[in-house]
Amino acid sequence: MFTILGVGPLTWITFLPIVSMIILLLIPSGRDEKSKMVSHILFRWLTVLTTFLQLLLALAIYFNFDFGLTGINQQSTMQFVERVRWIEIQNLPLLGNLKIDYFVGIDGLSAPMVLLTAIVCFAASFASFGIEKGVKGYFAMYLLLDTGMMGVFVALDFFLFYVFWEVMLLPMYFLIGIWGGPRKEYAAIKFFLYTLLGSVFMLLVMIALYFAVGTFNMFDMMDPSKYDPSSILAGADTFWRYVAFAALFIGFAIKVPSVPFHTWLPDAHVEAPTPISVILAGVLLKMGTYGMLRISWPMFPDAVRYFQDYIAFVGMVSIVYGALCALGQHKVGKRDFKKLIAYSSVSHMGYVVLGMAAMNPEGMIGAIFQMFNHGIITSMLFMIVGVIYDRAHTRGLDDFGGLANKMPVYTGIMAIAFFGAIGLPGLSSFISEFLVFVGAFKTYPVLTIISGSGIILGAGYMLWTLQKVFFGKLPERWAGPWDPTGKKYKHDDLMPVEYAALVPLAIIIIYLGIYPIPITDLMNTSINHLIDFVKTTGSFAAHL
Amino acid sequence: MTHDTLLILSTIILLLPLLGFTIIIFWGKRIGATWSGIIETSILGIALILSIIVCYSKLFTFASEELIQIKFTWFDFGTGGIKVGIGLDNLAAIMLIVVTLISFLVHFFSTEYMKGDKRYSRYFAYLGIFTFSMLGIVLANNFLFMYVFWELVGLSSYLLIGFWYEKDSAANASKKAFITNRIGDLGFFIGIMMIFFTYNTLMFDEVFEAIGNGIFPFDSTAFLTATGILVFCGAIGKSAQFPLHVWLPDAMEGPTPVSALIHAATMVAAGVYLTARIFPMLTAGAFIFVAFIGAITAFIAATIAITQFDFKRILAYSTVSQLGYMIMAIGVGAYTVGFMHLVTHAWFKACLFLASGSVIHAMHHALHHLHDHHTDPQDIRNMGGLRKKMPITYITFLIATIAIAGVPFTSGFLSKDGILAATLAFAHLSGGGIYWLIPLFAFSAAGMTAFYMFRLTIEAFHGKPKIKAAAHTKENNFQIVAPLVVLAILSFWIFYSINPFDISSGWLYQKLPAPTTVVPAESQWNHLLPINDKILETQHNSHSYANLFEEEMHHQHGSAMILSILIAGGGILLAFAIYQFKLANPDNLAKQFGKLYKLSFNKWYFDEIYQKTFIGGTVLLSKLMAIFDNYVIDGLVNLSSLITRGISYFIGHFDNIVIDGLVNLSANITGFLGLMLRKLQTGKVQTYVIFVIIGIILLFYWLW
Amino acid sequence: MTINLEHYLILSVILFCFGIYGIITRKNAVMVLMGLELVLNSANINFVAFSRFGGLNIEGHVAAIFVIILAAAEAAVALAIILNIYQNYKHINVDEISNLKE
Repeated sequence: MFTILGVGPLTWITFLPIVSMIILLLIPSGRDEKSKMVSHILFRWLTVLTTFLQLLLALAIYFNFDFGLTGINQQSTMQFVERVRWIEIQNLPLLGNLKIDYFVGIDGLSAPMVLLTAIVCFAASFASFGIEKGVKGYFAMYLLLDTGMMGVFVALDFFLFYVFWEVMLLPMYFLIGIWGGPRKEYAAIKFFLYTLLGSVFMLLVMIALYFAVGTFNMFDMMDPSKYDPSSILAGADTFWRYVAFAALFIGFAIKVPSVPFHTWLPDAHVEAPTPISVILAGVLLKMGTYGMLRISWPMFPDAVRYFQDYIAFVGMVSIVYGALCALGQHKVGKRDFKKLIAYSSVSHMGYVVLGMAAMNPEGMIGAIFQMFNHGIITSMLFMIVGVIYDRAHTRGLDDFGGLANKMPVYTGIMAIAFFGAIGLPGLSSFISEFLVFVGAFKTYPVLTIISGSGIILGAGYMLWTLQKVFFGKLPERWAGPWDPTGKKYKHDDLMPVEYAALVPLAIIIIYLGIYPIPITDLMNTSINHLIDFVKTTGSFAAHL
Repeated sequence: MTHDTLLILSTIILLLPLLGFTIIIFWGKRIGATWSGIIETSILGIALILSIIVCYSKLFTFASEELIQIKFTWFDFGTGGIKVGIGLDNLAAIMLIVVTLISFLVHFFSTEYMKGDKRYSRYFAYLGIFTFSMLGIVLANNFLFMYVFWELVGLSSYLLIGFWYEKDSAANASKKAFITNRIGDLGFFIGIMMIFFTYNTLMFDEVFEAIGNGIFPFDSTAFLTATGILVFCGAIGKSAQFPLHVWLPDAMEGPTPVSALIHAATMVAAGVYLTARIFPMLTAGAFIFVAFIGAITAFIAATIAITQFDFKRILAYSTVSQLGYMIMAIGVGAYTVGFMHLVTHAWFKACLFLASGSVIHAMHHALHHLHDHHTDPQDIRNMGGLRKKMPITYITFLIATIAIAGVPFTSGFLSKDGILAATLAFAHLSGGGIYWLIPLFAFSAAGMTAFYMFRLTIEAFHGKPKIKAAAHTKENNFQIVAPLVVLAILSFWIFYSINPFDISSGWLYQKLPAPTTVVPAESQWNHLLPINDKILETQHNSHSYANLFEEEMHHQHGSAMILSILIAGGGILLAFAIYQFKLANPDNLAKQFGKLYKLSFNKWYFDEIYQKTFIGGTVLLSKLMAIFDNYVIDGLVNLSSLITRGISYFIGHFDNIVIDGLVNLSANITGFLGLMLRKLQTGKVQTYVIFVIIGIILLFYWLW
Repeated sequence: MTINLEHYLILSVILFCFGIYGIITRKNAVMVLMGLELVLNSANINFVAFSRFGGLNIEGHVAAIFVIILAAAEAAVALAIILNIYQNYKHINVDEISNLKE
């Protein structure tokens, strides 16, 4: 492990945004127009610099990462570990000696997520340049959110995990509630309460586990021998273990979101500003599935095996149902571009759930790779919506047409994202979807074949949108230049900042589509170990 | 040439068009439109020369059955990886030439045809990515690469059909093509999953070997049949077979050279190519399925083509029909002639399409010249008498028409005759009954093909010009005419077999022996099983046939030939009688056969039926789901919040009146006291000092 | 007559009373401040006296010096406050500065 100034890279990558946030808060906003403008530029580029440094750190971590170490339930093979006693209270009447560690580390499961978070945050910081209102507050919240997300992916102490989970919630609430669209309050409250409901489930299970194990250390919670035999969560295949798993699953499923806990997502996406939609879809949704793999699966292997079929069913329903709803957006109510993508996210995250339920290397690696790819592709899709929304101030699918002639480069980049979402070979999502399907087929042939209809429906709504917005004839109202003064948009096509946000993501999609090894190899060892662990631990009546 | 050299050369051939694509996409603006076309065309020229070298050395220096291949791991998941690679056998080597030659000619043709289009260089980029993907299909030696490039040709087809995307019809057609193909591809994909699930590999040779060793999906040959049919579903989509044939006629919205390249000669033939690839693993059940799909398609498409008026649509339905032929041929077990029909069809159909492009180009210019922008330049009712105006186009078109009609001394006769013999042989060997439908469909389709192709020729080229524009057309220049001539020449028999009446004596036939089936004997046609020496002895045969089927084909050859010549001749004579010599009025005939005519003219109502059932159903379902989601699921969420708010309202009131009342009481008491005491609070420091001093004095007093 | 502890204490009491009187009666903030100085100095006298006659020794001196410094600092702060009050109210009449009441 390398250190910078004596502090490990994971601490740096997690808390760097907080440091920047403090610096940012110390910079005055300025009173008159000119100093305001200067300070806004300063805020923007400080955020870009922070996220860029974060990205560099993530890359440094990636290149120093030992692909051969397993992690998951073995404390000794976690990498870049840092552990400091954080809270210690002796002789509490009920809790005994409360010990909570600042305990971070990564393995093949979290490394891709750390990388994804760094990439998405960097790209989204460019997309944030369009924010004009309350710039200082916005970027402060943005950086706080960044820390929260990164923290979730590196935390190895359940309590710490929970803290980061909640830390990320609050800025999100404000970012939607203040900088959002017309129904922002409704969407923000809905998001907050819904997610908080999930957190409550998680908190309950966490406390139950603490009573059973006596520490908040995740590794102890994964080891059946550490459980106090008198606790309700001891043993295997007991009623309370199933209940605890189900509660935890609902908590995470809300975040994924799986049908039927998904309705906060379309609202939140529609109302959130572009970069927040990007982060929401790109990183936040992955926390649900990451939480399942990091916590639910290894801590309740017996319950996973018991609920496996139901989980796969939930995944299948999400795939088909999400795709149908996305297609139905064309026919019902306002045809909102973002709502369409939100439902497509429900569908695509369904693949992840299906792959995780399959419990074999193909399905599981496909699922995590799909998390990564969906993060990149959906980020791109939301930025693409943001680009025209910034110019036309509408997202109605019926308001557009023929943009391909007006914005050819934009259309080219958009096509990569759209076909990525469809799962076209040569783009990264093909490989992940292929692996998910191949893996899921091994365990659930029928469910997988039904899920396959999602591929066709996906092509249906994506191509419909493509045709509606980019092909056909340009409506009269957009015939002129976007900005007649020529101040903000010098020409009709993409601006340099938008290039900076979109092009790297497009390159990643193509590169990983042709050569997926950099990401798949990253997780191979850990995921195979996870599968073995889940399949063999905790139960003696192996019904697999 | 060694194996490695051949593989390297194949890889170069594969990557060259991609290079062209990259150059044009990124630097197209800088190098300019004209140069984009020239670069892409010359790249294809190089690829063509290399293909000829590769094909020649593969065919004549290696054994016919030899497969030269390379395998490598694309990605792995710890416990195993997914291997892919490229392979070169005789099938692929011949296909390489077909693809690169037609692609080259179409590029060459397009440099003139597309001149002046505002997305000229983009067009060549798309052609490049198409050629790359098509070559990928040809060289794939595993199901995964096959699927990958399969989807990529789908993409390039999507881009090229919708090339003039300002037209709604073009954008719709491209979407329809992509989605219809995806439906077939889903079957293909499920088949791939089944194969990977069972064999843990996707390499063709490894899968076939495992089947030969008696390993089947779910341990049942029924599922082996299912797997074969599922993979074949991909071919149904891509080769526009019944019931997914509806996209191909609409695909004619694309530029005509694209129709020639993608929707006539190469991409749509990929389905046939795939079926040929999986030939060894098809069971008897799967063969029947394939054969019937092909026969039904050949028949239905031919009936539709008779009544259409759009020049390109007639050709499109003819393509569908001919593809049905090839599929049927493979379905009855005639691997070699099926594939040969692919090759010969590629030449003459590309020729027909490019000639139609030449006609449309000329019509378009003539109409433009007359300032007529409403007349459809593709409607054959607007043509006529083009023979004199465009002699080279006419002659080449005629040669290709003769070839497709199956007149002796053409390539079409050779391959078609082989297919017809094969259907007869199959019907004989399989025990007759319902299987006689296949030769019946095949022969009737052959007759109809001759009829509608000559109807088209006569209507468009013979007689007098029907509108003014047709009289003002003139022959196109070299870039358009030269490819026609090349392709017309390739439609003669001499390139395939010295004997114009027997394909099996030709070199091409000899170089393409049908692969041996690996399916166990009990679930395979007896006549497709490899022959053993005992049977040979009892039959006293001088020839050595691979199996009984080939022998029977040989026996049926003569009768098939006579029948096919009679039927084709009949079709041609009928066309001349009606359209050239006007012995009967076509309109009266149409009225006489009212219902049948309407059925044919409306394409058997497939589009309408699909619109009402599948598309309408999906749309309705998605609509319902969206409403359900909006009102029920989200309604439940909102309801729970409403209930919570209701409860909190009551609790709030209770809180306000009772609990808060108590609190307020205590607060009021405190407030009253405060009111009393506040009098002391003057806000003047001096007063406070006095209080302090009084306090101190009192304190002292109290302490003492 | 020998001057002993009582005399000092009496002097300091007189000074203290003057100081308190000044604080209570004056309306001018500067005068109030001067009264405060008198109070502090009376305490100083006590310290010094106790260090001479009581057992306080050097600590008394030290405390006195502390008080002097404190007084100087306090005077500086107080004068600054008074100046600010003057700028805001245009007078320094302590009776009318009763914002503390609210």
